[in-house]
Amino acid sequence: MKGSSKMAPYVFIGPTLLLLAVFSLLPILVALGISLTDMDLAGLADYSSISFVGLANYADVLGDPVFLLALRNTLFYVVIGVPLVIACSLGVALLIQFGRSRLFKVFRVVYYLPSVTNVVAVAVVWSYLYNPGIGLFNYILTSIGFDKVPWLTEPTIAKLSLILLALWRSIGLNMIIFIAALQGIDRSYYEAAQLDGASGWQQLTRITLPMMRFAIFFVTITTMIGWLQFFEEPFVMTQGGPLNGTVSASLFIYQNGFQYSHFGYAAAGSFVLFFLIIAVTMVQLRLQRKQAEE
Amino acid sequence: MKQATTRKPASAAPRGRLQQWAAGIVLTVFGIAMVLPFVWMVLSAFKTEGEIKRIPPTLWPEAFTVDNFTRLFTEMDFGTYLGNTLLITLFSFVGLLLNAMAGFGFAKYRFKGREKLFLLVLATMMIPGQVTMIPVYLILNGVSLTNTMLGIVLPGFTSAFGIFLFRQFMSTLPEEIMEATRLDGASEYRLFAQVVLPMSKPILAVQAILTFIGGWNSFLWPLIIANDEKLYTLSVGLQLLKGQNTTNFALQMAGAAFMVLPIMVIFIFFQRQIIENYNISGIK
Repeated sequence: MKGSSKMAPYVFIGPTLLLLAVFSLLPILVALGISLTDMDLAGLADYSSISFVGLANYADVLGDPVFLLALRNTLFYVVIGVPLVIACSLGVALLIQFGRSRLFKVFRVVYYLPSVTNVVAVAVVWSYLYNPGIGLFNYILTSIGFDKVPWLTEPTIAKLSLILLALWRSIGLNMIIFIAALQGIDRSYYEAAQLDGASGWQQLTRITLPMMRFAIFFVTITTMIGWLQFFEEPFVMTQGGPLNGTVSASLFIYQNGFQYSHFGYAAAGSFVLFFLIIAVTMVQLRLQRKQAEE
Repeated sequence: MKQATTRKPASAAPRGRLQQWAAGIVLTVFGIAMVLPFVWMVLSAFKTEGEIKRIPPTLWPEAFTVDNFTRLFTEMDFGTYLGNTLLITLFSFVGLLLNAMAGFGFAKYRFKGREKLFLLVLATMMIPGQVTMIPVYLILNGVSLTNTMLGIVLPGFTSAFGIFLFRQFMSTLPEEIMEATRLDGASEYRLFAQVVLPMSKPILAVQAILTFIGGWNSFLWPLIIANDEKLYTLSVGLQLLKGQNTTNFALQMAGAAFMVLPIMVIFIFFQRQIIENYNISGIK
Protein backbone atom coordinates (compact mmCIF):
# COMPACT_ATOMS: atom_id res chain seq x y z
CA MET A 1 0.00 0.00 0.00
CA LYS A 2 2.70 2.44 1.01
CA GLY A 3 4.71 1.58 -2.08
CA SER A 4 1.80 2.18 -4.44
CA SER A 5 1.04 5.62 -3.01
CA LYS A 6 4.71 6.64 -3.32
CA MET A 7 4.66 5.70 -6.98
CA ALA A 8 1.23 7.17 -7.66
CA PRO A 9 2.17 10.79 -8.51
CA TYR A 10 4.72 9.59 -11.05
CA VAL A 11 2.18 7.26 -12.62
CA PHE A 12 -0.25 10.18 -12.89
CA ILE A 13 2.15 12.67 -14.44
CA GLY A 14 4.40 10.18 -16.24
CA PRO A 15 2.53 9.69 -19.53
CA THR A 16 1.99 13.42 -20.06
CA LEU A 17 5.57 14.30 -19.21
CA LEU A 18 6.80 11.65 -21.63
CA LEU A 19 4.61 13.02 -24.42
CA LEU A 20 5.64 16.60 -23.71
CA ALA A 21 9.29 15.55 -23.69
CA VAL A 22 8.98 13.77 -27.04
CA PHE A 23 6.79 16.34 -28.79
CA SER A 24 7.89 19.64 -27.23
CA LEU A 25 11.36 19.43 -25.67
CA LEU A 26 13.17 16.87 -27.83
CA PRO A 27 12.01 18.65 -31.02
CA ILE A 28 13.87 21.79 -29.96
CA LEU A 29 17.13 19.85 -29.82
CA VAL A 30 16.35 18.08 -33.09
CA ALA A 31 15.49 21.40 -34.74
CA LEU A 32 18.69 22.96 -33.46
CA GLY A 33 20.64 20.00 -34.81
CA ILE A 34 19.12 19.96 -38.28
CA SER A 35 19.32 23.73 -38.62
CA LEU A 36 23.10 23.18 -38.80
CA THR A 37 22.77 20.66 -41.65
CA ASP A 38 21.59 20.63 -45.25
CA MET A 39 18.83 18.10 -44.53
CA ASP A 40 16.28 17.80 -47.33
CA LEU A 41 14.10 15.11 -48.93
CA ALA A 42 17.15 13.04 -49.89
CA GLY A 43 18.39 13.28 -46.31
CA LEU A 44 15.02 12.03 -45.08
CA ALA A 45 15.46 8.79 -47.03
CA ASP A 46 19.16 8.36 -46.30
CA TYR A 47 20.59 9.96 -43.18
CA SER A 48 24.19 9.45 -44.40
CA SER A 49 23.68 11.98 -47.19
CA ILE A 50 23.15 14.78 -44.67
CA SER A 51 26.16 16.99 -44.11
CA PHE A 52 27.03 19.55 -41.47
CA VAL A 53 26.99 23.10 -42.82
CA GLY A 54 27.54 25.11 -39.64
CA LEU A 55 25.72 28.43 -39.55
CA ALA A 56 25.33 28.63 -43.33
CA ASN A 57 21.53 28.18 -43.12
CA TYR A 58 21.26 31.10 -40.71
CA ALA A 59 23.41 33.31 -42.93
CA ASP A 60 21.40 32.30 -46.00
CA VAL A 61 17.98 32.78 -44.44
CA LEU A 62 18.90 36.21 -43.07
CA GLY A 63 20.00 37.19 -46.56
CA ASP A 64 16.95 35.68 -48.27
CA PRO A 65 14.83 38.55 -49.65
CA VAL A 66 11.64 36.46 -49.26
CA PHE A 67 12.39 35.80 -45.59
CA LEU A 68 13.14 39.47 -44.97
CA LEU A 69 9.88 40.36 -46.71
CA ALA A 70 8.11 37.75 -44.55
CA LEU A 71 9.56 39.38 -41.43
CA ARG A 72 8.44 42.82 -42.62
CA ASN A 73 4.95 41.46 -43.32
CA THR A 74 4.87 39.84 -39.89
CA LEU A 75 5.85 43.16 -38.33
CA PHE A 76 3.01 44.81 -40.30
CA TYR A 77 0.55 42.21 -38.95
CA VAL A 78 1.74 42.76 -35.38
CA VAL A 79 1.85 46.55 -35.46
CA ILE A 80 -1.64 46.88 -36.96
CA GLY A 81 -3.27 43.74 -35.63
CA VAL A 82 -2.36 43.81 -31.94
CA PRO A 83 -3.67 47.32 -31.09
CA LEU A 84 -6.82 46.64 -33.12
CA VAL A 85 -7.52 43.38 -31.28
CA ILE A 86 -6.97 44.97 -27.88
CA ALA A 87 -9.03 48.08 -28.62
CA CYS A 88 -11.94 46.15 -30.12
CA SER A 89 -12.12 43.39 -27.53
CA LEU A 90 -11.73 45.86 -24.68
CA GLY A 91 -14.39 48.12 -26.20
CA VAL A 92 -16.84 45.27 -26.63
CA ALA A 93 -16.15 43.99 -23.11
CA LEU A 94 -16.75 47.44 -21.60
CA LEU A 95 -19.99 47.93 -23.52
CA ILE A 96 -21.29 44.47 -22.60
CA GLN A 97 -20.38 44.93 -18.94
CA PHE A 98 -21.94 48.42 -18.98
CA GLY A 99 -25.34 47.01 -19.98
CA ARG A 100 -27.81 46.30 -17.21
CA SER A 101 -30.32 44.32 -19.23
CA ARG A 102 -29.99 40.53 -19.42
CA LEU A 103 -30.06 40.91 -23.19
CA PHE A 104 -26.44 42.02 -23.07
CA LYS A 105 -25.42 38.46 -22.17
CA VAL A 106 -26.53 37.42 -25.65
CA PHE A 107 -23.81 39.63 -27.09
CA ARG A 108 -21.15 37.56 -25.33
CA VAL A 109 -22.26 34.59 -27.41
CA VAL A 110 -22.51 36.59 -30.63
CA TYR A 111 -19.00 38.06 -30.33
CA TYR A 112 -17.46 34.80 -29.17
CA LEU A 113 -18.96 32.72 -31.97
CA PRO A 114 -16.22 33.28 -34.61
CA SER A 115 -13.57 32.09 -32.11
CA VAL A 116 -14.88 28.54 -31.95
CA THR A 117 -15.33 27.99 -35.67
CA ASN A 118 -12.86 26.22 -37.92
CA VAL A 119 -10.25 28.46 -39.52
CA VAL A 120 -10.36 26.72 -42.90
CA ALA A 121 -14.14 27.02 -43.03
CA VAL A 122 -14.17 30.71 -42.17
CA ALA A 123 -11.30 31.38 -44.57
CA VAL A 124 -13.35 29.71 -47.31
CA VAL A 125 -16.34 31.88 -46.41
CA TRP A 126 -14.30 35.09 -46.29
CA SER A 127 -12.59 34.29 -49.60
CA TYR A 128 -16.08 34.29 -51.10
CA LEU A 129 -17.02 37.54 -49.32
CA TYR A 130 -13.77 39.10 -50.60
CA ASN A 131 -14.27 37.84 -54.17
CA PRO A 132 -13.75 40.87 -56.43
CA GLY A 133 -16.54 39.98 -58.89
CA ILE A 134 -19.37 38.31 -57.00
CA GLY A 135 -18.33 38.85 -53.39
CA LEU A 136 -20.76 40.42 -50.94
CA PHE A 137 -18.35 43.12 -49.73
CA ASN A 138 -17.74 44.63 -53.15
CA TYR A 139 -21.45 44.40 -53.94
CA ILE A 140 -22.30 46.39 -50.81
CA LEU A 141 -19.56 48.93 -51.55
CA THR A 142 -20.64 49.50 -55.16
CA SER A 143 -24.31 49.74 -54.26
CA ILE A 144 -23.62 52.59 -51.83
CA GLY A 145 -21.49 54.38 -54.40
CA PHE A 146 -17.91 53.31 -53.62
CA ASP A 147 -15.37 51.73 -55.94
CA LYS A 148 -14.59 48.04 -55.84
CA VAL A 149 -11.73 47.11 -53.53
CA PRO A 150 -9.07 44.58 -54.65
CA TRP A 151 -9.38 42.76 -51.31
CA LEU A 152 -6.88 39.98 -51.90
CA THR A 153 -5.08 41.03 -55.06
CA GLU A 154 -3.13 44.12 -53.96
CA PRO A 155 -0.29 43.33 -51.50
CA THR A 156 -1.02 45.97 -48.84
CA ILE A 157 -4.81 45.67 -49.01
CA ALA A 158 -4.48 41.88 -48.92
CA LYS A 159 -2.55 42.14 -45.65
CA LEU A 160 -5.28 44.38 -44.21
CA SER A 161 -7.97 41.97 -45.41
CA LEU A 162 -6.26 39.09 -43.59
CA ILE A 163 -5.97 41.26 -40.47
CA LEU A 164 -9.69 42.00 -40.64
CA LEU A 165 -10.47 38.28 -40.77
CA ALA A 166 -8.09 37.50 -37.89
CA LEU A 167 -9.50 40.40 -35.86
CA TRP A 168 -13.01 39.04 -36.35
CA ARG A 169 -11.84 35.65 -35.08
CA SER A 170 -9.89 36.86 -32.06
CA ILE A 171 -12.22 39.42 -30.47
CA GLY A 172 -14.22 36.73 -28.63
CA LEU A 173 -11.60 35.07 -26.49
CA ASN A 174 -9.94 38.32 -25.43
CA MET A 175 -13.31 39.90 -24.72
CA ILE A 176 -14.05 37.04 -22.29
CA ILE A 177 -10.75 37.62 -20.48
CA PHE A 178 -11.52 41.34 -20.21
CA ILE A 179 -15.05 40.68 -18.93
CA ALA A 180 -13.66 38.34 -16.25
CA ALA A 181 -11.25 41.11 -15.22
CA LEU A 182 -14.05 43.70 -15.16
CA GLN A 183 -16.17 41.48 -12.94
CA GLY A 184 -13.26 41.21 -10.54
CA ILE A 185 -13.18 44.96 -9.80
CA ASP A 186 -14.68 45.80 -6.42
CA ARG A 187 -17.93 47.77 -6.80
CA SER A 188 -17.11 49.93 -3.78
CA TYR A 189 -14.52 51.88 -5.82
CA TYR A 190 -17.26 53.05 -8.15
CA GLU A 191 -19.65 53.84 -5.32
CA ALA A 192 -17.02 55.99 -3.65
CA ALA A 193 -16.23 57.74 -6.93
CA GLN A 194 -19.92 58.40 -7.59
CA LEU A 195 -20.32 59.93 -4.14
CA ASP A 196 -17.43 62.25 -5.04
CA GLY A 197 -19.28 63.17 -8.24
CA ALA A 198 -16.94 61.50 -10.70
CA SER A 199 -18.27 61.30 -14.27
CA GLY A 200 -18.55 58.02 -16.17
CA TRP A 201 -15.48 58.90 -18.20
CA GLN A 202 -13.45 59.65 -15.09
CA GLN A 203 -14.51 56.35 -13.55
CA LEU A 204 -13.38 54.57 -16.72
CA THR A 205 -9.96 56.20 -16.94
CA ARG A 206 -9.19 56.47 -13.22
CA ILE A 207 -10.62 53.18 -11.90
CA THR A 208 -11.49 50.67 -14.60
CA LEU A 209 -8.46 50.87 -16.88
CA PRO A 210 -5.83 51.03 -14.10
CA MET A 211 -7.47 48.07 -12.35
CA MET A 212 -7.35 46.08 -15.58
CA ARG A 213 -3.66 46.63 -16.13
CA PHE A 214 -2.76 43.00 -15.65
CA ALA A 215 -5.50 41.70 -17.97
CA ILE A 216 -4.45 44.19 -20.65
CA PHE A 217 -0.84 43.13 -20.23
CA PHE A 218 -1.76 39.45 -20.45
CA VAL A 219 -3.84 39.97 -23.60
CA THR A 220 -1.12 42.12 -25.17
CA ILE A 221 1.55 39.47 -24.68
CA THR A 222 -0.55 36.51 -25.83
CA THR A 223 -1.93 38.44 -28.81
CA MET A 224 1.51 39.62 -29.81
CA ILE A 225 2.94 36.09 -29.68
CA GLY A 226 -0.06 34.88 -31.63
CA TRP A 227 0.38 37.47 -34.38
CA LEU A 228 4.12 36.82 -34.61
CA GLN A 229 3.08 33.25 -35.50
CA PHE A 230 0.35 34.38 -37.94
CA PHE A 231 -0.09 31.41 -40.26
CA GLU A 232 -3.47 29.90 -41.01
CA GLU A 233 -5.19 32.90 -42.56
CA PRO A 234 -2.53 33.61 -45.23
CA PHE A 235 -2.00 29.87 -45.72
CA VAL A 236 -5.63 29.13 -46.58
CA MET A 237 -6.61 32.41 -48.26
CA THR A 238 -3.65 33.66 -50.25
CA GLN A 239 -0.83 31.09 -49.95
CA GLY A 240 1.35 34.13 -49.27
CA GLY A 241 0.44 35.94 -52.51
CA PRO A 242 0.08 38.28 -54.29
CA LEU A 243 3.83 38.64 -54.97
CA ASN A 244 4.62 37.30 -51.48
CA GLY A 245 2.68 40.29 -50.17
CA THR A 246 1.00 38.33 -47.39
CA VAL A 247 3.66 35.71 -46.66
CA SER A 248 4.37 35.62 -42.91
CA ALA A 249 7.44 34.25 -41.14
CA SER A 250 5.47 31.15 -40.12
CA LEU A 251 4.19 30.58 -43.61
CA PHE A 252 7.73 30.95 -44.98
CA ILE A 253 8.92 28.26 -42.55
CA TYR A 254 6.04 25.94 -43.47
CA GLN A 255 6.57 26.41 -47.20
CA ASN A 256 10.30 25.81 -47.03
CA GLY A 257 9.89 22.83 -44.74
CA PHE A 258 6.95 20.99 -46.19
CA GLN A 259 6.53 22.25 -49.74
CA TYR A 260 10.21 22.51 -50.78
CA SER A 261 11.48 19.99 -48.15
CA HIS A 262 14.40 22.23 -47.14
CA PHE A 263 14.21 21.03 -43.54
CA GLY A 264 17.54 22.45 -42.38
CA TYR A 265 16.85 25.84 -43.94
CA ALA A 266 13.32 26.03 -42.53
CA ALA A 267 14.55 25.00 -39.06
CA ALA A 268 17.05 27.87 -39.14
CA GLY A 269 14.20 30.24 -40.09
CA SER A 270 12.10 28.91 -37.22
CA PHE A 271 14.86 29.72 -34.73
CA VAL A 272 15.11 33.27 -36.01
CA LEU A 273 11.36 33.58 -35.38
CA PHE A 274 11.68 31.91 -31.96
CA PHE A 275 14.41 34.36 -31.03
CA LEU A 276 12.21 37.29 -32.13
CA ILE A 277 9.30 36.00 -30.02
CA ILE A 278 11.52 35.65 -26.96
CA ALA A 279 12.98 39.13 -27.50
CA VAL A 280 9.55 40.75 -27.85
CA THR A 281 8.25 38.93 -24.77
CA MET A 282 11.29 40.03 -22.74
CA VAL A 283 10.81 43.66 -23.73
CA GLN A 284 7.14 43.43 -22.76
CA LEU A 285 7.93 41.89 -19.38
CA ARG A 286 10.52 44.56 -18.67
CA LEU A 287 8.11 47.36 -19.63
CA GLN A 288 5.45 45.83 -17.40
CA ARG A 289 7.86 45.59 -14.46
CA LYS A 290 8.93 49.20 -14.94
CA GLN A 291 5.31 50.32 -15.05
CA ALA A 292 4.46 48.35 -11.92
CA GLU A 293 7.34 49.98 -10.06
CA GLU A 294 6.20 53.51 -10.84
CA MET B 1 -24.37 45.68 -10.47
CA LYS B 2 -27.85 46.06 -9.02
CA GLN B 3 -26.48 48.08 -6.13
CA ALA B 4 -24.97 50.66 -8.43
CA THR B 5 -28.27 51.26 -10.19
CA THR B 6 -30.36 51.63 -7.07
CA ARG B 7 -27.93 54.04 -5.49
CA LYS B 8 -27.89 56.35 -8.46
CA PRO B 9 -29.83 59.54 -7.89
CA ALA B 10 -33.18 59.59 -9.68
CA SER B 11 -32.27 62.54 -11.87
CA ALA B 12 -29.49 60.55 -13.55
CA ALA B 13 -31.88 57.83 -14.66
CA PRO B 14 -33.02 59.21 -18.05
CA ARG B 15 -29.47 59.97 -19.10
CA GLY B 16 -28.40 56.51 -17.92
CA ARG B 17 -31.16 54.89 -19.92
CA LEU B 18 -30.06 56.79 -23.03
CA GLN B 19 -26.51 55.52 -22.57
CA GLN B 20 -27.82 51.99 -22.12
CA TRP B 21 -29.67 52.26 -25.41
CA ALA B 22 -26.61 53.67 -27.15
CA ALA B 23 -24.44 50.81 -25.90
CA GLY B 24 -27.07 48.31 -27.01
CA ILE B 25 -27.32 49.82 -30.47
CA VAL B 26 -23.54 49.92 -31.00
CA LEU B 27 -23.24 46.28 -29.90
CA THR B 28 -26.13 45.28 -32.15
CA VAL B 29 -24.66 46.95 -35.24
CA PHE B 30 -21.25 45.35 -34.76
CA GLY B 31 -22.90 42.10 -33.66
CA ILE B 32 -24.71 41.92 -37.00
CA ALA B 33 -21.35 42.37 -38.70
CA MET B 34 -19.96 39.51 -36.60
CA VAL B 35 -22.63 37.02 -37.67
CA LEU B 36 -23.02 38.31 -41.25
CA PRO B 37 -20.38 35.90 -42.69
CA PHE B 38 -22.21 32.95 -41.13
CA VAL B 39 -25.61 34.09 -42.35
CA TRP B 40 -24.24 34.59 -45.86
CA MET B 41 -22.56 31.18 -45.74
CA VAL B 42 -25.78 29.38 -44.82
CA LEU B 43 -27.94 31.26 -47.34
CA SER B 44 -25.41 30.68 -50.14
CA ALA B 45 -25.07 26.99 -49.34
CA PHE B 46 -28.70 26.46 -50.38
CA LYS B 47 -28.45 28.36 -53.67
CA THR B 48 -27.78 26.80 -57.07
CA GLU B 49 -24.45 27.31 -58.79
CA GLY B 50 -26.12 29.63 -61.31
CA GLU B 51 -27.90 31.74 -58.73
CA ILE B 52 -24.76 32.35 -56.71
CA LYS B 53 -23.00 34.00 -59.66
CA ARG B 54 -25.79 36.47 -60.27
CA ILE B 55 -25.34 40.21 -59.77
CA PRO B 56 -27.06 41.73 -57.85
CA PRO B 57 -26.99 38.70 -55.52
CA THR B 58 -30.24 37.29 -54.16
CA LEU B 59 -30.60 37.36 -50.41
CA TRP B 60 -32.93 34.41 -49.95
CA PRO B 61 -32.28 31.30 -52.12
CA GLU B 62 -34.77 31.38 -55.02
CA ALA B 63 -34.73 27.68 -55.70
CA PHE B 64 -33.90 26.21 -52.33
CA THR B 65 -31.60 23.22 -52.96
CA VAL B 66 -29.72 20.73 -50.79
CA ASP B 67 -27.85 19.54 -53.87
CA ASN B 68 -24.58 21.14 -52.66
CA PHE B 69 -24.64 19.12 -49.48
CA THR B 70 -25.31 15.86 -51.34
CA ARG B 71 -22.41 16.59 -53.67
CA LEU B 72 -20.07 16.83 -50.66
CA PHE B 73 -20.67 13.13 -50.16
CA THR B 74 -21.00 11.98 -53.77
CA GLU B 75 -18.37 14.02 -55.63
CA MET B 76 -16.11 14.69 -52.65
CA ASP B 77 -15.31 12.16 -49.97
CA PHE B 78 -16.78 14.03 -47.01
CA GLY B 79 -18.08 10.79 -45.49
CA THR B 80 -14.51 9.56 -45.02
CA TYR B 81 -13.34 12.97 -43.79
CA LEU B 82 -16.17 13.04 -41.27
CA GLY B 83 -15.25 9.57 -40.03
CA ASN B 84 -11.60 10.54 -39.63
CA THR B 85 -12.49 13.78 -37.86
CA LEU B 86 -14.71 11.94 -35.40
CA LEU B 87 -12.00 9.32 -34.84
CA ILE B 88 -9.43 12.04 -34.10
CA THR B 89 -11.86 13.71 -31.74
CA LEU B 90 -12.43 10.41 -29.97
CA PHE B 91 -8.68 9.87 -29.63
CA SER B 92 -8.18 13.31 -28.19
CA PHE B 93 -10.39 12.34 -25.25
CA VAL B 94 -7.64 9.90 -24.23
CA GLY B 95 -5.38 12.95 -24.17
CA LEU B 96 -7.96 14.72 -22.01
CA LEU B 97 -7.80 11.87 -19.47
CA LEU B 98 -3.99 12.07 -19.43
CA ASN B 99 -4.20 15.82 -18.78
CA ALA B 100 -6.63 15.23 -15.93
CA MET B 101 -4.29 12.64 -14.41
CA ALA B 102 -1.32 14.95 -14.66
CA GLY B 103 -3.32 17.84 -13.20
CA PHE B 104 -4.27 15.63 -10.26
CA GLY B 105 -0.68 14.48 -9.77
CA PHE B 106 0.54 18.06 -9.62
CA ALA B 107 -2.34 19.28 -7.46
CA LYS B 108 -2.51 16.70 -4.68
CA TYR B 109 0.88 15.06 -4.17
CA ARG B 110 4.10 16.38 -2.75
CA PHE B 111 7.03 14.75 -4.48
CA LYS B 112 10.56 15.59 -5.36
CA GLY B 113 10.91 18.05 -8.21
CA ARG B 114 7.19 18.89 -8.35
CA GLU B 115 7.57 22.66 -8.75
CA LYS B 116 10.33 22.30 -11.33
CA LEU B 117 8.44 19.74 -13.41
CA PHE B 118 5.30 21.87 -13.35
CA LEU B 119 7.25 24.90 -14.49
CA LEU B 120 8.67 22.77 -17.28
CA VAL B 121 5.13 21.84 -18.34
CA LEU B 122 4.15 25.52 -18.39
CA ALA B 123 7.32 26.41 -20.28
CA THR B 124 6.30 24.14 -23.17
CA MET B 125 3.43 26.57 -23.80
CA MET B 126 6.02 29.13 -24.86
CA ILE B 127 7.53 27.00 -27.61
CA PRO B 128 6.14 28.15 -30.94
CA GLY B 129 4.57 25.50 -33.16
CA GLN B 130 6.78 26.60 -36.05
CA VAL B 131 9.89 25.38 -34.24
CA THR B 132 8.49 21.97 -33.32
CA MET B 133 6.59 21.40 -36.58
CA ILE B 134 9.55 20.15 -38.63
CA PRO B 135 11.36 18.08 -35.97
CA VAL B 136 8.10 16.43 -34.84
CA TYR B 137 7.47 15.47 -38.46
CA LEU B 138 11.00 14.06 -38.69
CA ILE B 139 10.61 12.19 -35.38
CA LEU B 140 7.29 10.68 -36.47
CA ASN B 141 8.84 9.83 -39.82
CA GLY B 142 11.74 8.15 -38.01
CA VAL B 143 9.35 5.79 -36.22
CA SER B 144 7.20 5.33 -39.38
CA LEU B 145 4.16 7.08 -37.97
CA THR B 146 3.71 9.54 -40.83
CA ASN B 147 0.56 8.90 -42.81
CA THR B 148 -1.05 7.07 -39.87
CA MET B 149 -3.92 8.05 -37.61
CA LEU B 150 -1.72 7.65 -34.52
CA GLY B 151 0.83 10.06 -35.98
CA ILE B 152 -1.89 12.65 -36.54
CA VAL B 153 -3.22 12.56 -32.98
CA LEU B 154 -0.07 12.04 -30.89
CA PRO B 155 1.52 15.51 -31.22
CA GLY B 156 -1.63 17.22 -29.94
CA PHE B 157 -2.42 14.68 -27.23
CA THR B 158 -1.39 16.72 -24.20
CA SER B 159 -2.06 20.35 -23.56
CA ALA B 160 -0.05 22.28 -21.01
CA PHE B 161 -2.92 24.74 -20.58
CA GLY B 162 -5.31 21.85 -19.97
CA ILE B 163 -3.00 20.41 -17.29
CA PHE B 164 -2.79 23.86 -15.72
CA LEU B 165 -6.59 24.20 -15.56
CA PHE B 166 -7.02 20.71 -14.11
CA ARG B 167 -4.40 21.42 -11.48
CA GLN B 168 -6.07 24.73 -10.57
CA PHE B 169 -9.42 23.03 -10.13
CA MET B 170 -8.26 19.87 -8.38
CA SER B 171 -6.14 21.66 -5.81
CA THR B 172 -9.41 23.11 -4.45
CA LEU B 173 -10.91 19.65 -3.81
CA PRO B 174 -11.25 18.94 -0.04
CA GLU B 175 -8.45 16.83 1.40
CA GLU B 176 -10.79 15.20 4.00
CA ILE B 177 -12.83 13.23 1.48
CA MET B 178 -9.69 11.88 -0.11
CA GLU B 179 -8.26 10.88 3.27
CA ALA B 180 -11.52 9.13 4.17
CA THR B 181 -11.41 7.17 0.90
CA ARG B 182 -7.83 6.17 1.60
CA LEU B 183 -8.76 4.97 5.10
CA ASP B 184 -11.40 2.77 3.49
CA GLY B 185 -8.51 1.02 1.80
CA ALA B 186 -8.89 2.43 -1.71
CA SER B 187 -5.76 2.65 -3.85
CA GLU B 188 -4.64 6.02 -5.25
CA TYR B 189 -5.88 5.02 -8.70
CA ARG B 190 -9.33 4.04 -7.44
CA LEU B 191 -9.40 7.28 -5.50
CA PHE B 192 -8.73 9.16 -8.74
CA ALA B 193 -11.25 7.24 -10.82
CA GLN B 194 -14.09 7.00 -8.31
CA VAL B 195 -13.76 10.13 -6.19
CA VAL B 196 -11.65 12.77 -7.89
CA LEU B 197 -13.03 12.48 -11.41
CA PRO B 198 -16.71 12.62 -10.33
CA MET B 199 -15.93 15.63 -8.14
CA SER B 200 -14.22 17.36 -11.08
CA LYS B 201 -17.28 17.26 -13.28
CA PRO B 202 -17.42 21.03 -13.95
CA ILE B 203 -13.88 21.26 -15.30
CA LEU B 204 -14.19 17.92 -17.09
CA ALA B 205 -17.31 19.13 -18.86
CA VAL B 206 -15.64 22.31 -20.08
CA GLN B 207 -12.48 20.51 -21.11
CA ALA B 208 -14.52 17.85 -22.89
CA ILE B 209 -16.38 20.47 -24.92
CA LEU B 210 -13.14 22.29 -25.76
CA THR B 211 -11.49 18.97 -26.65
CA PHE B 212 -14.35 18.16 -28.97
CA ILE B 213 -14.15 21.57 -30.65
CA GLY B 214 -10.35 21.28 -30.93
CA GLY B 215 -10.52 17.78 -32.40
CA TRP B 216 -13.25 18.74 -34.85
CA ASN B 217 -11.25 21.77 -36.01
CA SER B 218 -7.85 20.05 -36.12
CA PHE B 219 -6.05 21.10 -39.26
CA LEU B 220 -2.27 21.46 -39.13
CA TRP B 221 -1.19 17.96 -38.06
CA PRO B 222 -3.61 16.14 -40.35
CA LEU B 223 -2.34 18.39 -43.14
CA ILE B 224 1.32 17.64 -42.43
CA ILE B 225 1.08 13.97 -41.49
CA ALA B 226 -1.60 12.67 -43.88
CA ASN B 227 -0.41 12.15 -47.45
CA ASP B 228 -3.22 9.76 -48.19
CA GLU B 229 -6.66 11.22 -48.87
CA LYS B 230 -8.11 8.32 -46.86
CA LEU B 231 -6.74 10.00 -43.71
CA TYR B 232 -7.92 13.56 -44.46
CA THR B 233 -10.00 15.38 -41.89
CA LEU B 234 -12.88 17.72 -42.70
CA SER B 235 -10.69 20.82 -42.61
CA VAL B 236 -8.05 19.31 -44.90
CA GLY B 237 -10.82 18.03 -47.16
CA LEU B 238 -12.41 21.47 -47.25
CA GLN B 239 -9.05 22.97 -48.21
CA LEU B 240 -8.87 20.40 -51.03
CA LEU B 241 -12.43 21.25 -52.10
CA LYS B 242 -11.52 24.95 -52.27
CA GLY B 243 -8.55 24.12 -54.50
CA GLN B 244 -10.53 21.82 -56.81
CA ASN B 245 -13.70 23.90 -57.15
CA THR B 246 -12.28 27.42 -57.12
CA THR B 247 -15.35 29.05 -58.64
CA ASN B 248 -18.14 26.88 -57.26
CA PHE B 249 -18.88 28.99 -54.22
CA ALA B 250 -22.19 27.30 -53.48
CA LEU B 251 -20.39 23.99 -52.99
CA GLN B 252 -17.66 25.70 -50.94
CA MET B 253 -20.24 27.32 -48.67
CA ALA B 254 -21.98 23.96 -48.19
CA GLY B 255 -18.64 22.43 -47.13
CA ALA B 256 -17.95 25.30 -44.76
CA ALA B 257 -21.46 25.17 -43.30
CA PHE B 258 -21.11 21.43 -42.77
CA MET B 259 -18.04 22.12 -40.62
CA VAL B 260 -19.22 25.24 -38.81
CA LEU B 261 -22.86 24.57 -37.97
CA PRO B 262 -22.38 21.55 -35.64
CA ILE B 263 -19.78 23.46 -33.62
CA MET B 264 -22.05 26.51 -33.46
CA VAL B 265 -24.90 24.43 -32.08
CA ILE B 266 -22.63 22.83 -29.48
CA PHE B 267 -21.18 26.19 -28.54
CA ILE B 268 -24.54 27.92 -28.15
CA PHE B 269 -25.78 24.99 -26.10
CA PHE B 270 -22.78 25.00 -23.74
CA GLN B 271 -21.81 28.67 -23.98
CA ARG B 272 -22.20 29.38 -20.26
CA GLN B 273 -19.76 26.64 -19.24
CA ILE B 274 -17.23 27.55 -21.93
CA ILE B 275 -17.27 31.23 -21.12
CA GLU B 276 -17.04 30.61 -17.39
CA ASN B 277 -14.03 28.36 -17.96
CA TYR B 278 -11.90 31.48 -18.03
CA ASN B 279 -12.97 32.34 -14.52
CA ILE B 280 -11.66 28.97 -13.33
CA SER B 281 -8.34 29.70 -14.95
CA GLY B 282 -8.02 32.69 -12.64
CA ILE B 283 -6.99 35.18 -15.32
CA LYS B 284 -8.21 38.38 -13.77
